[in-house]
Amino acid sequence: MDSMTIIAIVSIFTAGITTGFGCLGPALGEGRAVSTALSSLAQQPDAAPTITRTLFVGLAMVESTAIYCFVVSMILIFANPFWNHFIAQAAGK
Amino acid sequence: MRLSPDQIIYWQLGFFKLNATIVFTWALMLLLAGGSILITRKLSMDLQRSRWQNLLEIIVTTIEEQIKEVGLLQPRKYLGFLGTLFLFVAAASLCTVIPGYESPTGSLSTTVALALCVFVAVPLFGVEEQGLGGYISSYLKPTFIMLPFNIISEISRTLALAVRLFGNMMSGAMIIGILLSITPFIFPIIMQVLGLLTGMVQAYIFSILATVYIAGAVSAQTPRPETDTTH
Repeated sequence: MDSMTIIAIVSIFTAGITTGFGCLGPALGEGRAVSTALSSLAQQPDAAPTITRTLFVGLAMVESTAIYCFVVSMILIFANPFWNHFIAQAAGK
Repeated sequence: MRLSPDQIIYWQLGFFKLNATIVFTWALMLLLAGGSILITRKLSMDLQRSRWQNLLEIIVTTIEEQIKEVGLLQPRKYLGFLGTLFLFVAAASLCTVIPGYESPTGSLSTTVALALCVFVAVPLFGVEEQGLGGYISSYLKPTFIMLPFNIISEISRTLALAVRLFGNMMSGAMIIGILLSITPFIFPIIMQVLGLLTGMVQAYIFSILATVYIAGAVSAQTPRPETDTTH
């Protein structure tokens, strides 16, 4: 196995694992947040605007962790610096 | 596979590259500014109003109310900055229904620029409201040990603002691109509707977070009126 194959294998594998684990945590967290927001809405319908706004801000915070994982896996597959480096080296030979 | 519209280059002169991000950003700016100028040329105060004036009034009053709800009691002062942020990001994601259009917020350069605007605006508003000493001493709360962590949080939240918007927009465009190549022709449309929804939510979140940060900087020092419950 030359270095390009190893880099390809590791990149694709890591991208999949990254997205998988990166979706797991935020999904659980967002589910808990939404369920808590729903119960508080049922208890306090008057506070609906405040609860909704805080929920959205919190969801954005949680969501951003999933987005980070997604961005990392996209970089690994489509814009991998090591990958480009070795392709340039192979073209230079 | 393109990660961002930065890589579409229309025209090049030396080191200056005119890429799709710049073109569509200026197109959006022209659309927003030109539309506003056209509508506000003939404003009326009586009951006979044009539909466009009604639309603008609804937008302005809604954004004002939202800013007031976060806790900034003089929304007019911040309406220009925060409203522009919201309208630009929202228009950028709404225009994705136009064929051939690439959202400028799908490029990291645009989102970092917007986040840097927030990063600069928060201390400016804070200093204007409570003076230089008052604002700087808000970094020393609750104790002086928290100073480095407060500075780190200031920087990391700016980074998070930029990457969140970029990641959402880029992922939307990329998912549609991948689906177009592997599925029949109806399914990408559903994802595009989902992308529109995400875009609007992200516009709301970006501007509401900027509002929250500004509110934190402005009212960090002002003592809350103590409610006397002893009577």
